Amino acid sequence: MKRGTTASIVKYIRPRTFPTPFCAGCGHGILLGAILRAVDELELDFSQMLFVSGIGCGGWIPSPHFNTDTLHVTHGRPVAFATGAKLFRPELNVVVIGGDGDIASIGGNHLIHAARRNVDMTVICANNLIYGMTGGQVTPTTPLGARTLTTPAGNPEPPFDLSRLVAAAGATYVARYSVWHVRPLIRSIKKALQHEGFAFIEALSTCPTQYGRRNENPTPIGMLRALKRDCVTVKRAQDMSEEELVGKTIIGEFVS
Amino acid sequence: MRQGSWTKVPSALKPGRHFLQGDEACAEGAIAAGCNYYAGYPITPASEIMHHICQRFAQLPGRVFIQMEDEIASIASVIGASWAGARAMTATSGPGLSLMLENIGYAIMTEVPCVIVDVQRAGPSTGQATRPGQGDVMQARFGAHGDYEIIVISPWSVQEAYEEAIRAFNLADRFRVPVILLMDEGVGHMRENMTVSPKTPIYRRWKDPSQPPFGGVEVPSMPAFGEGARLLVTGSTHDAWGYRRTTDSQVQEQLVERLVGKILNHRDEIERTFTHFCEDPLDVLLVAYGFTARSALGAVRLARGAGVKAGLLRLTTLWPFPDDVVKGVGAREPLILVPEMNRGQVLRQVQRVVPHAIGYHKTNGELITAREIWAAVQEELAS
Amino acid sequence: MNEQDNECMPKITINGDWCKGCHICVEVCPRRVLEVDEEAFLHGFHPIRVARPEDCTICRQCELLCPDLAIVVEEE
Repeated sequence: MKRGTTASIVKYIRPRTFPTPFCAGCGHGILLGAILRAVDELELDFSQMLFVSGIGCGGWIPSPHFNTDTLHVTHGRPVAFATGAKLFRPELNVVVIGGDGDIASIGGNHLIHAARRNVDMTVICANNLIYGMTGGQVTPTTPLGARTLTTPAGNPEPPFDLSRLVAAAGATYVARYSVWHVRPLIRSIKKALQHEGFAFIEALSTCPTQYGRRNENPTPIGMLRALKRDCVTVKRAQDMSEEELVGKTIIGEFVS
Repeated sequence: MRQGSWTKVPSALKPGRHFLQGDEACAEGAIAAGCNYYAGYPITPASEIMHHICQRFAQLPGRVFIQMEDEIASIASVIGASWAGARAMTATSGPGLSLMLENIGYAIMTEVPCVIVDVQRAGPSTGQATRPGQGDVMQARFGAHGDYEIIVISPWSVQEAYEEAIRAFNLADRFRVPVILLMDEGVGHMRENMTVSPKTPIYRRWKDPSQPPFGGVEVPSMPAFGEGARLLVTGSTHDAWGYRRTTDSQVQEQLVERLVGKILNHRDEIERTFTHFCEDPLDVLLVAYGFTARSALGAVRLARGAGVKAGLLRLTTLWPFPDDVVKGVGAREPLILVPEMNRGQVLRQVQRVVPHAIGYHKTNGELITAREIWAAVQEELAS
Repeated sequence: MNEQDNECMPKITINGDWCKGCHICVEVCPRRVLEVDEEAFLHGFHPIRVARPEDCTICRQCELLCPDLAIVVEEE
């Protein structure tokens, strides 16, 4: 069986956990598959992997779905829980998966400190620009002007550039891809899982239900097409002017 | 047998007499108990525990020390390490305990053995960081949300700081529950002689990957990460195998009942109390704990010197509250006085079982002295 | 279509228990192999039908972008 295919990765799914609780067309499901495809292509020993996640839709990507050790913790704290497990049992391949609310808002301090310490773990932030599970409130990565449940007139606050924040904090592998760019995303996850030190991947995800619906893009495919339209690679961005880059998101490896 | 096992290991510290500070003795007790993961954040008056652990761990193989970015991260990493198989601990004071409480609730729900030391200082808020207090009795018991039982132990001496730290680790593993070692600044910063016995009793948690990690028996098996158990751990309501059951009232009820029952059904293993001069009927019974129990014992001696039959019931285990012991010792006594460095947190527990108990409170950041307690007793006897 | 071609045809399986009907697969297939079955209505949505398997090039775009691991493309 070809590695990385769906037929090959279903063996990693915990019995009785599928279908997922995600909405139809949720980008997190694509990311879930991408992570398992990366694990499968690398032929990693799944039983020596620990997946830690917090509260929110992103936290459900590994827990309960991944059939190995999973630790589903309090909101915002998965990086800190993972630090303890990794330091005590360094042979574990520790992966933290969480949403932008979990990782960048309430958990922002743990994120930058783990990056500073260069703890040997991989953190994947499923960034869908919104609090999905709680009803669609603004997050620290929601774009300026975007409409959410708590910014009905448009978000008045500028967002974090999460990848650059974590790079500045000292992470030794930092990349950003979107679930639309799933092949480079899988390649990047493979690099992160093999990287020694703190690896961070900002996986731009989609939330048609809570974000797209409020921002004139309510369909799953429409949101994926918007990612295709709005993302430019690091290489291409180098030749673009500041005006050309307005509204664009740069994807690629920032630290490697 | 679906239970862990007791062993005795050589003590880490040289057997015999040592002159130590309470915080240091607590750290040494933890080391003797096999504590091999410590995460902490600086705070007065608990920092000496972290300093001592940091230096001692550097000399001992296989022990991990880390200073985290805050107290929330400290307890979080302690829980993560415990699931990875560690005997893990953190230490803090009242403000830090407040920050840790959400994750302590998580440790209750996911049944994680760990030890949290709270060296109490005068509050509320930042209060008086270098001054003693006993204001965290209720916070330690009820601070996290939801309904649960937790074990809280309050040592009164350097010797007990050492011994109760060992007992805290063993109780944590025995019942898969966080244990709070509730010290106070008085005990933490006091120096006195203590004795180290040659062997330390250790309880090892049981693990059997074929058994459900969250049910089946009162205290379930707890395999560690990386041992092939495919653990599904969540703070959401879960069944015996960890699957979330967030709308099932029966699963929720059974889980909470087991979490509570596994503590309350074993009070005899957890409760530790001492009586001093309580053999005969008394004129006055003092009920005290922590540093204040030292002053209370002094007050008993002052009273006895003046011909007043006084006795002391000293509580080392504060939670679960030793109702039966307090009732047994206290019910017959005409005057019961509970001195404490708060506005009556343990007093109300005593009153629950012996309603006529009264309190002596002091919250000015100073220790309660024996003379003050004796004066309060005299006042009550005269009225 | 001769017999040889038929043997090389990939096998595409839609897992009806896991599919939620987001229809991403239909939109991303470059050869329009899949289509929405407007006739059927299950679990509150129109399911997917493998309409033209003979056109599949096994690019696996549908498989990789299915959020529910509901599509399996196998080389026969």
